[in-house]
Amino acid sequence: MLRYILKRVLWVIPVMLGVVIIVFTITYLTPGDPVMTILGSGYTPERYAAKAAELGLDKGYFGQLVAYIWNIITRLDFGKSYNSNIPIVQEFAARYPISVSIGLLSCMLIAIIGLPLGILSAVKQYSVLDYSLTTLALIFAAIPSFVLSILGLVIFGVKLGWLPVSGLDSFKSWILPVLANTLPGVAGIMRMTRTTMLEVIRQDYIRTARSKGLKESVILRKHALKNCLIPLVTIFGGMIAHTTAGSIIVENIFNIRGMGTYLYSAILARDYPVINGCVLLIAFVVCVMNLLVDITYAFIDPRIRSQYEKKRVTRKKITTTKAEVA
Amino acid sequence: MSLLEIKHLSVQFETRDSVIKAVNDLDLTIEAGQTLGLVGETGAGKTTTALSILRLIQEPPGRIKGGEILFEGKDLLKVSNEEMRAIRGNEISMIFQDPMTALNPIIRVGEQIAEVIRLHENCSKGEAMEKALYMLETVGIRPERSMDYPHQFSGGMKQRVVIAIALACSPKLLIADEPTTALDVTIQAQVLEMMNKLKQQFNTAMLMITHDLGIVAETCDHVAIMYAGELVEYGTIERIFHNPRHPYTNGLFGAIPSLDKDVDRLRPIPGLMPDPAALPKGCKFQERCEYACDKCRENAQMFTEIEPGHFVRCERAVRGEI
Amino acid sequence: MFWKSKRETVKSLEEMTRRRSQWRDVMGRLFRNKTGFVGLCICAILIILVVFAPVFTSYNPLKQSVPERFLYPSSEHIFGTDDFGRDLWARILYGGRISLLIAFIAVIISTVGAIILGSCAGYFGGAVDQIITRVMDVMMSIPGLLLAIAISSALGAGLVNTALAIAIPGIAPGARIIRSTVMSIKDCEYVEAAKASGSKNFRLIMIHIIPNCIAPLIVNATLSIGGNIMAISGLSFIGLGVQAPTPEWGAILSTGKTYLRDFWPLVFFPALFIMLTILGFNLFGDALRDALDPRLKD
Repeated sequence: MLRYILKRVLWVIPVMLGVVIIVFTITYLTPGDPVMTILGSGYTPERYAAKAAELGLDKGYFGQLVAYIWNIITRLDFGKSYNSNIPIVQEFAARYPISVSIGLLSCMLIAIIGLPLGILSAVKQYSVLDYSLTTLALIFAAIPSFVLSILGLVIFGVKLGWLPVSGLDSFKSWILPVLANTLPGVAGIMRMTRTTMLEVIRQDYIRTARSKGLKESVILRKHALKNCLIPLVTIFGGMIAHTTAGSIIVENIFNIRGMGTYLYSAILARDYPVINGCVLLIAFVVCVMNLLVDITYAFIDPRIRSQYEKKRVTRKKITTTKAEVA
Repeated sequence: MSLLEIKHLSVQFETRDSVIKAVNDLDLTIEAGQTLGLVGETGAGKTTTALSILRLIQEPPGRIKGGEILFEGKDLLKVSNEEMRAIRGNEISMIFQDPMTALNPIIRVGEQIAEVIRLHENCSKGEAMEKALYMLETVGIRPERSMDYPHQFSGGMKQRVVIAIALACSPKLLIADEPTTALDVTIQAQVLEMMNKLKQQFNTAMLMITHDLGIVAETCDHVAIMYAGELVEYGTIERIFHNPRHPYTNGLFGAIPSLDKDVDRLRPIPGLMPDPAALPKGCKFQERCEYACDKCRENAQMFTEIEPGHFVRCERAVRGEI
Repeated sequence: MFWKSKRETVKSLEEMTRRRSQWRDVMGRLFRNKTGFVGLCICAILIILVVFAPVFTSYNPLKQSVPERFLYPSSEHIFGTDDFGRDLWARILYGGRISLLIAFIAVIISTVGAIILGSCAGYFGGAVDQIITRVMDVMMSIPGLLLAIAISSALGAGLVNTALAIAIPGIAPGARIIRSTVMSIKDCEYVEAAKASGSKNFRLIMIHIIPNCIAPLIVNATLSIGGNIMAISGLSFIGLGVQAPTPEWGAILSTGKTYLRDFWPLVFFPALFIMLTILGFNLFGDALRDALDPRLKD
């Protein structure tokens, strides 16, 4: 088991290396000269050379790539923003916690609302409740979050004046951005939970449980629920990673100083070190979440757990037989 | 009073475009401690009958249209859900066809057995687990393995666990739905032998559902042959095996190889079972019957006693023409 | 040689009849599904409206008319006019052309990419599979919209670039589906038989394996159109997709945001069309999946 976990942890390294190379190459190949952009009208050949050397842009593709990776690994240095000249790590430290809190809050709400509704809808399949829930979910899944955000902004912020429309200063100001993240997610999780649950309650072992004389509520809680939740772990892992990355659209509409707005302004200003850094950070979080999902699986699903334990046993056997042959 | 008496049971499955009559006007009786074999092809309605007894038919699309299922004189179709739960697993229990999927993959097998004991036998967790270990031993599995999960067991062993669950509360009636179909032939014999032994040990009556006449010969006291949702022949095992009267029963015997008779070729029954959504008028077997006459195509056949305890649903057999 | 070709003809004939009746079953199930039919109708109406836009409106979506700014819906301008006095109905119709066109191009690009990568990975296995799967892993660890944003900021705005930006993140999930399908059928007897009789790899993949992946591919493609529409309008909304003055739903919505306080049609109508399109394709895709895989339903 430990071996498996270790292997999975080590696997993050090549994936992250791949992401770095892809992201770096995309921005490297992008037309436009950042040095020119920064210098603007104050261009002279000397100043150009000095600035290029300062930014490390005088080296070739590989030189730049290696330097970039080296700085990140050894000093956690993602470089500085071309625009503000503030180190990117500093901005991360200020902004990422904000996006993470909104994201985690949304994920919690999604789980608290989406899972029970999905299960309810599956258990009461073909009922009026099921039809209304699935219809609602379909409609919410079709509304882009920016539409939802604007609607919330206009109705509750502007027309009714109940909730603040920007910033995160008071408790109230969290409501709209969190909801804009939550509602489409609830719809998705509900649909997925419903499908999984429907599949589970048609399994033979549920019939076996019924034939034992167990109450429906016990069958649901003890026999169906865990089997239904196992496949949902993957989806939740991905969702947490993506929501905590901060939504460019929602953060922009509500004027929140999180990762989304940072990335957005960087994109508009073609501030490549910032774009690279943001994408890398988010990809890293996704990798770590995937890792956690895999490890969680190995703990909660006995089939997967024993797969790894068995592998170890067979490997041992092979080595002993080899030793015997020798 | 018989242990189980099914009277005029009819079950349908209603889908958007058709009504499938799975069981039509079925009568069955099982005495305490006896074994009844219910034989028929796939789709004849055997499993539906079994699930109706436990009221486990999925509704919708299934529906029990009518009839009575009397268990010790009590109509199971009329008792409350609560009473029904007290009967399931305790007085009537069931062994399912596919042991691979019948056990919950994420609950330890010991717990899956102990669960049913705790539910029906008013005992502590520890006592229930103790009995579960005893049951495992009874079905020939080392009690240490109670902490294992189903996927760590072979098919035969899983079926043993299912049997242990079914027999844990010493039920009066055990319904075995093709308990050996999914197993290897060598394992089949072991499991059957064990079931026979346990049946005697616990003095349980059994409804053995199968399409294998060999299994019937080994385990049953009475046999009921089922075709397209109704019984076509019923009698003691000797009567049916030595003097089968219905052409379908005869066909079933003609389709199995025999060691002591010198036959050039097996004689499979030609054709397929009629579509249960569009059953023919008259005898259901007419299309495949070599003796079918005009009358068979017109009149529904009556289930008639041709000798004491031997019933046949075939007019020509009753008249002695076959 | 004769016997082989004859046997193959017989086999393919059998397969064809089997497949044809299968398709009839699928179609039957599809049209019986009420919500799926609603979805199909929504999609069909939208596509007709958009393709034959000049039939349904006589206005030029680009023609500005300052005195006619911010008109509310009337018999003359059924959806009203925008901040430059352009007819909103015309802009929605012509904008839909752009949105749907990009969505379809993106689906085609990602499907083709998925077929190539997925079938190679699944069919050849070994090192090829390892490399492709790992690259897919890397791609999947960047959130789709983010990758699209990064690509489109690198490539710049424009129709084809936006399509590319949206298509690339869509390759990995599709390739996974195809890879697993290919792996499950490549050991089937008829593929073995074709291999034994000397078919070339390419021919094998094209003739025997791809047709078997069609069902999951179609479902994946239909369901991703909705997501693509959402992504396109999202990109345009933040100013990265299609640029003004080209009408596009997300871009119209983005302008509408500025005037939201006082003039609702400029947000309401594009939002409505985005929602309807996504809803339509999702309903249709769900129905298609249920029809192709009846095990999952009832």
